[in-house]
Amino acid sequence: MQSVSKFFGSFQALNSVSIDVRLGERVVVCGPSGSGKSTLIRCINQLEKHDEGSITIDGHPLQHNKKSLQVIHDNIGMVFQQFNLFPHLSVLDNLTLGPIRSRGMSKKQANELAMQYLERVRIPEQAAKYPSQLSGGQQQRVAIARSLCMEPKIMLFDEPTSALDPEMINEVLDVMVELAESGMTMICVTHEMGFARRVADTMVFMDHGQIIENTNTAKFFDSPESERCQEFLQQILPH
Amino acid sequence: MTRVLFITLMAVLLSACSSDWGWYVVNPTTPKGMTNLKFLLSGLGYTVLLSVTAIVISIIIGLLVALPGLSKNRLLKGFNRTYVELVRAVPILVMILWVYYGLPQLLSVTITVFWAGVIALALSDSAFEAEIFRAGIQSIDKGQYEASHTVALGYVDTMRFIILPQAIKRILPALGNQLVYMLKMSSLVSVIGMQELTRKANELVVTEYRPLEIYTILLLEYLVLILIVSAGVRWLERRMETDIAR
Ligand SMILES: Nc1ncnc2c1ncn2[C@@H]1O[C@H](COP(=O)(O)OP(=O)(O)OP(=O)(O)O)[C@@H](O)[C@H]1O
Ligand SMILES: [Mg+2]
Repeated sequence: MQSVSKFFGSFQALNSVSIDVRLGERVVVCGPSGSGKSTLIRCINQLEKHDEGSITIDGHPLQHNKKSLQVIHDNIGMVFQQFNLFPHLSVLDNLTLGPIRSRGMSKKQANELAMQYLERVRIPEQAAKYPSQLSGGQQQRVAIARSLCMEPKIMLFDEPTSALDPEMINEVLDVMVELAESGMTMICVTHEMGFARRVADTMVFMDHGQIIENTNTAKFFDSPESERCQEFLQQILPH
Repeated sequence: MTRVLFITLMAVLLSACSSDWGWYVVNPTTPKGMTNLKFLLSGLGYTVLLSVTAIVISIIIGLLVALPGLSKNRLLKGFNRTYVELVRAVPILVMILWVYYGLPQLLSVTITVFWAGVIALALSDSAFEAEIFRAGIQSIDKGQYEASHTVALGYVDTMRFIILPQAIKRILPALGNQLVYMLKMSSLVSVIGMQELTRKANELVVTEYRPLEIYTILLLEYLVLILIVSAGVRWLERRMETDIAR
C-alpha cells in the first residue's frame, strides 16, 4: 500500500498511508476511535475505494475494474465487528454459498469443506442452525469459518470481538490465535492487546488518518516512539 | 375476519326478510335463480386469472424498475423515477381504455380483451410494486452486501441469494395488499367487455332489473375472494417465519 488517501466528502479519513505486509505476516492495527483503522482495512478489499495512491496485492495493483475485483475475491477474506452472517441461511449454507457460487464447487465438496472449517472453529454441531439461534461468540466463529471456506491468502479482521460479551471474547480469540499459528496472513484491527502481544509480528498505530507507528511488536510495547502512542497504550493497557 | 364475514351475511339475510328485497332472482332452489347464480359465478375464473396474471407480471416489472433505482448511476436512477412518476399518474380506467383502444393502433397489433386488461392492470400496479421493492431492498443492512462481497458473490448472486430473499420476506404483507388491490381493480376491466364478475353482474342487472340483490352478491363475491387472499398471505408469512428462524 503506497501513499493511500481516502476522502469522505471533504473529510480526509486516510492521509497518505503506506504499509507493506509480507505473506504470512500478522499485523495488528490499533488507534483511537475515528483514526481511520476501519477505512484502512476496508480499502484493502475495496469496500471503500481509495482516492489516491496505490494498493498492490500479490503483484496486482488494484483498480476499480473487474480484474481487481477478481484478485480481491480470490485472495482476501474479512471478518466484521457485527458478524454480518446471512440470517435467512443456515450455518452450513452461510459457509457453502460462496464456494458453490463463486468457486464452482459441488454441493457435496462444499459441505465437506464447510464441516472441516466448522470443526476448526469448534462448532460442527451447529451446522443446521440459523445464525439467530447462536450466541455472539458462536456467530463470530461461523463468520470466521465462512471466510476461511473461501481459502483466502489474507484475512482482514475489523474489531472482531468488540460486539461480544466479555465471556465470549476468548473463544473467538483462541480461534484467531490458531489461525495465526497456521501461518495465515492477517491484518487485524483490535484493542485486545494480550492477543496482539501474542500473535502480532508488527504493530501499527494510527491517529487522524495517519500511521504514527509501524514497528515490530516487542519494540512497540517496550518503547513506542511517539508520545501519542505512549498515551494510547497507557490508557488501554492494564497497569 | 370470519366474524366480519358472518356479521355481514347476517345483516344481509335479515334485511332480506323485508319486502324490498327480491331474492327470488338468485334463489338456488328455483331453476331460474340457479341459472342466474351460475351466470354470476361464471365470471370468477376470469377475475382470478386476470388478477393473478397481472400481479405476477407487475411484480416482475416492479423488480426490474426498482433495481436501477437503487443504483448510484444517475441515468438509471432517473429512469426509475420517471417510470414511477409517469405510470403512477395514469388513472387505471384510463390506462385500460388506452391499452385496449390506443395501443393496438399505435403498434398496429390486435390485442384481446384479456391481455389488454392484464397489461393495463400490470402496468398500473408495477409503479407501486417498484416502490415496495425499492423500500424493501433498501431496508436490508449494508453489512449483508459487504459480507457477500467477502465471499466473492457478484451483483446478480448477491441479489438472488442474499438480498431479495430477505427483502421479499419483509415486503410480503405489502405484496399481499397489492394483490387485494388488484382483485378490486380488475372489476374496471368490465368496461372493455371482459367477462369477469362485475361484467356478469352488469349484464344480469340489465335483464333482471334487480340491481340491489345482484350487486349485493357481487359485493360478497369480492369479499370472499379477498378474505381468502388475506388468509393465504398470513399463512405464507407464518410459514416463512418458521422456515427462516428470525
Ligand atoms: N462512509 C463514511 N462517510 C463519511 N465519513 C466516514 C465514513 N466512514 C468513516 N468515516 C469517517 O472517517 C473517519 C475514520 O473512520 P474509521 O471507521 O476508519 O475509524 P476507526 O478508526 O475504525 O474508528 P472506530 O474505532 O470507531 O471503529 C471517522 O471520522 C469517520 O467519521
Ligand atoms: Mg472501525
